[in-house]
Amino acid sequence: MNKIYFLISLVCGIHIACAAPKLRWGADVESGAPFSYVSPEDQSVIGFEAEIVELLAKEMGMEVEHVQNSWDGLIEGLKRGDYDIIVNGVEITADRAEVVRFSRPYYYTAEALTVRKSTFDIAGLKDLKNRKVGTLDASLAQKILKEQPFPISVVGYDEEINIYSDLAIGRTDAALLDEPIALYYAKPNIDLKLVGGPIGYMEYGMVTRLQDEEFNARVSKALDKLIQDGSIQLILERWNLWNAMTAKAWGKNAKPRTPPVAYDEYIKKTWKKTTIKERLIKYASFLPMLLKGAAMTLELSIISMILAMILGLGTTLCRLYGHPVLKWLALVYVEIFRGTPLLIQLYLIFYGLPHVGLNLEPFVAAIIGLGLNYGACEAENYRAGILSIPKTQMDASQALGMNWYQSLRYIILPQAFRVVIPPVTNDFIALLKDSSLVSIISMVELTAVYGQLASNSFDYLGLGVVTASVYFLIGLPFVRLSRHFENQMMNSASKGSVSRSWLTGFLSRR
Amino acid sequence: MVICIQNLMKSFHHRPVLDGVSFDVIKGDLFAIIGPSGCGKSTLLRCVNGLESLDSGCAQVLGTELLSQDKIGHKEFQRRSLKVRQKVGMVFQSFNLFPHLTILENITVAPKVVNKISDSDAIKKAQELLLKVGLADKADHYPNQLSGGQQQRAAIARSLAMSPEILLYDEPTSALDPALVNEVLRVMKQLDQEGMTQVVVTHEMRFARDVADKIIFMDQGQIVEMGASDEIFGNPKDERTKNFLRHFQ
Repeated sequence: MNKIYFLISLVCGIHIACAAPKLRWGADVESGAPFSYVSPEDQSVIGFEAEIVELLAKEMGMEVEHVQNSWDGLIEGLKRGDYDIIVNGVEITADRAEVVRFSRPYYYTAEALTVRKSTFDIAGLKDLKNRKVGTLDASLAQKILKEQPFPISVVGYDEEINIYSDLAIGRTDAALLDEPIALYYAKPNIDLKLVGGPIGYMEYGMVTRLQDEEFNARVSKALDKLIQDGSIQLILERWNLWNAMTAKAWGKNAKPRTPPVAYDEYIKKTWKKTTIKERLIKYASFLPMLLKGAAMTLELSIISMILAMILGLGTTLCRLYGHPVLKWLALVYVEIFRGTPLLIQLYLIFYGLPHVGLNLEPFVAAIIGLGLNYGACEAENYRAGILSIPKTQMDASQALGMNWYQSLRYIILPQAFRVVIPPVTNDFIALLKDSSLVSIISMVELTAVYGQLASNSFDYLGLGVVTASVYFLIGLPFVRLSRHFENQMMNSASKGSVSRSWLTGFLSRR
Repeated sequence: MVICIQNLMKSFHHRPVLDGVSFDVIKGDLFAIIGPSGCGKSTLLRCVNGLESLDSGCAQVLGTELLSQDKIGHKEFQRRSLKVRQKVGMVFQSFNLFPHLTILENITVAPKVVNKISDSDAIKKAQELLLKVGLADKADHYPNQLSGGQQQRAAIARSLAMSPEILLYDEPTSALDPALVNEVLRVMKQLDQEGMTQVVVTHEMRFARDVADKIIFMDQGQIVEMGASDEIFGNPKDERTKNFLRHFQ
């Protein structure tokens, strides 16, 4: 027997030693074409950068692992250590180079100006005076617009697709963004057109932490090789991104030799008009992903609610019966967490705490954020519930010789429980919906899945209805359950039936 | 002497409610406290079992001394009060039964939780007590299914389950229909005959005159007159007592 165990551990040990180290790379796959985005077929991450990263990993003897984060939180996430490299069309700028390290460039491009087909008075940057121009937040394009010597009304977005859809419907007058993005989001749109030539000049670099000098050098060396042997050029050609600037930088011919198969595939899949039947089939194919997101939403909500209820009960007891210091602490906790937005609390916990040394995983941060916030709500619910029980009940239980704890446990709390069921269930339904906020601290739950799917299939409305229905459906059982408990308790107490709900029985059990 | 009250003083928000009250209760007595509304009768009763703290003076109950919290501290006062309450029961004007428990459970909850009596023993005793107060068939009902008189009798049974040596009653029949008052008084008479020490704050003058051993007449936080029931009712000495009893006579 022992020999077998030894052999097994030896094999496992060798396997672990031989398992390649992981190349964890961060990128925002929402609205991510052509860089990195979610394939509508098998939900894998595809795109020209995804392919470059695969090659890079193979060259460095590593395995890829993609970590999702929103575009404007990418650098923060890198600093936190959620991943080790960012590959997401990040322009090499002096500002950024102060806080992060760049690899050698792997692509060279410029900004493209897009307007509606019906616009004829905008041909270049100078025509944007006093016009509304959409662009991506924290991008070089935004910086360029803001630095113009004349006023421009710059509208910042966090999703590429929204920039162009808003332009098409007339919310803005123009859009300025990297050529690759314009090629994928504007050119195929019959309502839009590109005007003027390339504006400015930029290089994309891979981003690593300042202190990872050695790692960064290895990345650059691997990139050198991949550029030299033409593998990156091949990828760029397939995605229709091979351009004159890149060709010039690498001393190659600007004419592509491979057909842009990936680009054609993308146009075919995302830009064709679909019939209702095709759309419904597409939604059905999205269901597994949506349900996975829903499962995470449910898991988050239930665990957070349990935490909130425990915190709430503890806080209420401190507030009603505790030492003056405890009373004050409880009051402060409730006021702070009820008086500030949940969104800000989540940001503080996830992005702020690392600065004082507390680095939490997204799941843990989400539970704590939701739990603390709703704990304050629960505290108020339970306080109202307990205070609604007449003082004479406490008199009676004390007169029978029960101490404070026994009176609460057997007499006051069981009665208060019945009173608080409606507001507590209400809070749970609200928590279920508020859990959608944790998508901003990179938790992939139902709303995050919706964002990814909608932005990649350009279908916010239809998918939105589907997602909202999923939220509604997962909340439904809890509404029914609470109504059932309420009725049971009402029946047993006021209508005076002799049988009794198992729940009151459970609570009064010795 | 099972209860010895000495110079009890109590104020609420600087308004004196008890102004130097002293009396003794002997074991087995039925002690009645009568007087106009607001004279401090209920507060006095609640000082006996520590539901109210006292500002000064002493309430010695079954050997435990309840003093002001300035003298013995809050924690010690609570500890002594708890000790007293385990031997002294209280019946309230508004019954105060526990609405989420059946009558049987109302009676068994305290013995099981406080005295750690087993389930079967507690139920057995409860059933005996229900029989005693005439509610044997109501064990599995809920308080809101009983009439006022039945609820008060159930409350008495609940207090008796803790085997108290003294029972305090705070206007036990004031909230009852006249028709239902007698069934409660009957139980109290029976307990008196069995030797239970009872202190009753009441407006039932006939009951006080016929059953009580000693009467206290209170007014504005002070004892005006104290004595055996025939003395107080037959030959009241103070003007205020005479005035008060005039309405009854």
